[in-house]
Amino acid sequence: MMKAELGDPQLVHGQNEKSPSSLSIMWRELVKDKLALGSLILLSLILIVVYGASVLLDQDEIVKVDLLSIYSPPSAEHWLGTDYGGRDIFGQLIIGARNSFTIGLAITLITGLIGLTVGLIAGYFGGVIDNIIMRIIDFILVLPFLMLVIVFVAIVPKYNIFTFILIMSAFLWTGKARLIRAKTLAERELDYVSASKTLGTPDWKIIVFQILPNLSSIIIVNLTLNLAGNIGIESGLSYLGFGLPESTPSLGTLVSYAMNPDVLQNKWWVWLPASLLILVMMLCINFIGQALKRAADARQRLG
Amino acid sequence: MLKFILRRIMMMIPQLFILSVLVFLLAKAMPGDALTGQLASNPKIDAQTLEEMKEKLGLNDPVHVQYARWMKNLLQGDLGISYIHKQPVNDLLAGRMWNTILLSAAILILTYMIAIPLGIVSGRWTDSWADKLIVGYSYVSFATPLFIFALIMLFIFGFKLGWFPTGGSVDIQVEKGTFAYYLSKLNHLLLPALSGALINTVGTIQYLRSEIIDTKVKDFVKTARAKGVPESSIYWRHILRNSFLPIAAFLGYEITGLIGGSIFLESIFSYPGIGQLFLQSILQRDYSVVTALVMISGLATLIGTLLSDIILSAVDPRIRIE
Repeated sequence: MMKAELGDPQLVHGQNEKSPSSLSIMWRELVKDKLALGSLILLSLILIVVYGASVLLDQDEIVKVDLLSIYSPPSAEHWLGTDYGGRDIFGQLIIGARNSFTIGLAITLITGLIGLTVGLIAGYFGGVIDNIIMRIIDFILVLPFLMLVIVFVAIVPKYNIFTFILIMSAFLWTGKARLIRAKTLAERELDYVSASKTLGTPDWKIIVFQILPNLSSIIIVNLTLNLAGNIGIESGLSYLGFGLPESTPSLGTLVSYAMNPDVLQNKWWVWLPASLLILVMMLCINFIGQALKRAADARQRLG
Repeated sequence: MLKFILRRIMMMIPQLFILSVLVFLLAKAMPGDALTGQLASNPKIDAQTLEEMKEKLGLNDPVHVQYARWMKNLLQGDLGISYIHKQPVNDLLAGRMWNTILLSAAILILTYMIAIPLGIVSGRWTDSWADKLIVGYSYVSFATPLFIFALIMLFIFGFKLGWFPTGGSVDIQVEKGTFAYYLSKLNHLLLPALSGALINTVGTIQYLRSEIIDTKVKDFVKTARAKGVPESSIYWRHILRNSFLPIAAFLGYEITGLIGGSIFLESIFSYPGIGQLFLQSILQRDYSVVTALVMISGLATLIGTLLSDIILSAVDPRIRIE
């Protein structure tokens, strides 16, 4: 892959023209990687079907209990059968996938924003601010994350999606902040920053318009890999019964029916499709993320 | 070195203090209190008796007094009384803690047994078909959530093939202390441990692989090769010797993941350890058990990172903080 990159005429002659942005390099690498491209197409298809169908499906209709068709196996009427309340599994799968993906994305964006802000500030200014922030991060990183999230979910009054996203975000921004801080520390020492400082550019302009764009590829890689991780954590917590509230089913909720040994053993249509969907989505996002990571690394080696 | 260790331990004390305050406040914030459980089991208690009992237990004292009392007991190793199980938390934890430690140790042993050979093969024969297969496996295992993998393992090997027991930590019939008892325990341990380990290998494989790829082109390896040292002893005596120690040092960092993993694994395989107890206690609102478990896990994580930091800094002096 490196050799192909070096032999790329556009890059070799790039000095005269405007050099391609890091994002377009990453996109080109992504499209060249067959596995990543396949993952991207599959993931897009899944998301189109999920979000498209969830608009058409009536959520009230799906969660309505129908005692006449409890645990019916897949049929023409119910494509993936029904659960213990006679509810259609396929419909729940679509709604659950939509909820899991949306919430995973929301957590990723919020933690990304917090991590970015805190990391840039700590890395750029250093000194006392950096010290205080790093102590806080070190402390949060050694907490037993999963246990505390479960405790929080159990005690928060008026528990809903927003509180869930807040609880998760409160713990998950630290890793990103640490990564961004380390990269900013390295970037801060480079000549272009001192040149800007000498010219009297205000600090916030240097941070937002000069350092931030140079970190964009790292941020994108990190956010992509985190998105997969967050979907996994969310569905895992929902599986344990400490994730999304009951009014918003998640893919993990469907998997959690398998806690009943009879369902696990004899009624595969209840839990297996949701498990496979989580698996496929996480694999796709990870393959895309890994390809982006390789592209970002290759760019660094070239530069 | 001694100075570094002391400083590192000093850093731990405020962290432990903040953790204890956090856990204590969370426990206070939980709906209901220690008496709600007793009340439910004994409907004859009226409001006045309840008030007297609260007074007796010190639940009406100011928060900081209660915290001091709780902390004093904690430091003396007294974790309080479980109101659901009606026995000291210490007794309740003893057996389950042992089960979880056993499971975690089994996961770690299996992880290294799988990851180290794969990492070596992958690093030594880079770009071979075996390497590609191993890298593919490590990508897939990195992306797979533990609870789904464990469920599928239980479905296939526990239920469909029936090779392993599907729950518990030991058969009820076998007599404690006999050979059959330990055999049964091992049998119950194998499937959960294997499920945890197969997902857990990615870090070690990738570390070893990139370590070997970096080291095998270094000058001292070339010198050894030029002297005519056979290829296998180049790997065992020159390359791997440097790579193994950090793997041992990373052990401490694994504890966070193992505690989190035990919650899922124990719930799926109905394995009676602290992860399962934690979930039950949350649902039954048995707070003295919950606080004890969070404190113990926090302490275990802190000690784990402490040990890892110390070992790593002994190996690599650049890590020592000023």
